[in-house]
Amino acid sequence: MFKRMLAGGLIAGFGAGLFAAVLHFAFVQELILHAELYETGELVHFDTHAVGDESEAVSHDGHDHSHGDADGADTSALTRNVMTVLFTGLIYAGYGLILAAAYQVAGLFGRQISLQQGILWGIAGFACFQLAPAMGLAPELPGTTAADITLRQIWWLGTVLATGAGLALIGYGRSLPFVVGGAVLLALPHVIGAPVLDEFHGIAPPELAGEFSARVLGVGLAVWALLGWLTARFAAPEAA
Amino acid sequence: MTQVIAKSTGTQTKALSILFVAIVGAGIVFFSGHAQSAALHDAAHDMRHATGFPCH
Repeated sequence: MFKRMLAGGLIAGFGAGLFAAVLHFAFVQELILHAELYETGELVHFDTHAVGDESEAVSHDGHDHSHGDADGADTSALTRNVMTVLFTGLIYAGYGLILAAAYQVAGLFGRQISLQQGILWGIAGFACFQLAPAMGLAPELPGTTAADITLRQIWWLGTVLATGAGLALIGYGRSLPFVVGGAVLLALPHVIGAPVLDEFHGIAPPELAGEFSARVLGVGLAVWALLGWLTARFAAPEAA
Repeated sequence: MTQVIAKSTGTQTKALSILFVAIVGAGIVFFSGHAQSAALHDAAHDMRHATGFPCH
């Protein structure tokens, strides 16, 4: 059981990650590169002033936008893309393990995960890890100025946990109070609200940012659905 | 009695291995998605943007 969970989760994760990498280069990478032309100032959309406040633009919270890879300064495109494939595989391997563990928890409660249910679980995973966080913190193009990174990470994590618990209660709860509790958990992070700045500082055109967010979420949905299926195929608890 | 003990130990082992795998998975997600070391950030940069992590 342990071996199946570990190996199956990894296989499913790397498989889905490979699919994610293909979709990434088909749909997403070109928008990242395009946005970086605005980030570095090579392209200029409008003369950028903070909207809503005449005071000096917000400090960048000490974070440095001159990181090498992002600007393509000190690494080749090949290295950069290999890293992207590697880390895309890795992140989905992590998700695959989490999903495999979750299937086993369901197994402890006597639930079998069929391949079809696996797809639903995958979509739920997408909702937890990408869709719900994106409702407060839209996927960012490079060059986006946003609130403090630590605060955003805390909100991200809280949203993932609350959404996961909320969906589990709604999906598997046996009575109305469970469903209501689940709905409250789903809503909670958005009632609290994600950490955002008071002003807008976008340097890339909104069309580009909108397209980017939509594609990121579309790719995420497709990959997670596959991940759920693969994890059910390779790591779901076997019938006792 | 023996059976009951055996069953509860089995569940405990199961629970522990589930916990272990979940922690490894979460560790990988934290490491590739959230850790802020410069080298890691640069290497994971495009993936982080493309999967909706708060990046920088």
